[in-house]
Amino acid sequence: MKNDNLIIAGKSYSSRLLVGTGKYKDFAETQAAVETSGAEIITIAIRRSNIGQNPYEPNLLDILPPSKYTLLPNTAGCYSAEDAVRTLRLARELLDGHSLVKLEVLGDAQSLYPNVVETLAAAKTLVAEGFQVMVYTSDDPIIARQLEDIGCVAIMPLASLIGTGMGILNPWNLQLILERVQVPVLVDAGVGTASDAAIAMELGCHGVLMNTAIAAARNPVLMASAMNQAVQAGRAAFLAGRMPKKLYSASPSSPTTGMIAKH
Amino acid sequence: MISIFINGMARDFEQPLSVNELVQKMSLGGKRIALERNGEIVPRSQFAQQLLLDGDKLEIVVAVGGG
Repeated sequence: MKNDNLIIAGKSYSSRLLVGTGKYKDFAETQAAVETSGAEIITIAIRRSNIGQNPYEPNLLDILPPSKYTLLPNTAGCYSAEDAVRTLRLARELLDGHSLVKLEVLGDAQSLYPNVVETLAAAKTLVAEGFQVMVYTSDDPIIARQLEDIGCVAIMPLASLIGTGMGILNPWNLQLILERVQVPVLVDAGVGTASDAAIAMELGCHGVLMNTAIAAARNPVLMASAMNQAVQAGRAAFLAGRMPKKLYSASPSSPTTGMIAKH
Repeated sequence: MISIFINGMARDFEQPLSVNELVQKMSLGGKRIALERNGEIVPRSQFAQQLLLDGDKLEIVVAVGGG
């Protein structure tokens, strides 16, 4: 396939798979899985530094250098617009002015369901401050359009709840979002295995973001490879245009003429 | 004696110090960090100039693995 790149905020990416960097057993596994996934955009979290207790603590940015990957700092763990905005201001400073970010504001510690009211408020502030906001949200098509109207550069609805691996629970809502939003729509959260990623792409999503589906697989590096292929296969199937589904068909795949005679 | 809250922990210092001096004391000099002072970002370029005051609240962050 020629020139089927994902364009986000005017920048072109050849991979439609975005991956997180959490929950791996060590940095070596993180690095191997990220590399194998083929992802160019990878999410990172922002957390308090040690303050001298562990001066030789390895730094994630040493194994995943910003020169090689587009780092997407997130606001995971934030429950208010204010905390999310502060976190991303820190991220921008940390990454030397880098403005592409992933906004997520959670509403409930048990389900990790997004708080869309706080998300909308944070998105407004961040866009006004010049951030390019890829926004994690529910699969509500009205909220998705409001986030686009605010100026978010990508809408990232959940397929199911973060970390559950439940797959795409409401493909119809994703379709409503895809029909109503002009910016890229990426499924973020809920993908459990390769077929889920392929289904998201076949629906017409522009990309998929996942973390746990790879990190919590028995063999994360192998799953990273599977996801890489699934996203490509799903995208190709979407572009190819699937055959219509029907209950039965009077059109067998083999010729109906030239059958041998009854003896 | 001044007291500064760093990532939620109180630390006492004998005399006033700059952000840069504090970062050095924490063995964070030259590391990829970002710093917020009383809710406002302090750009790295201002670490040397900004003098810390008693009761300042600092947040010092790094990138970690996350989704």
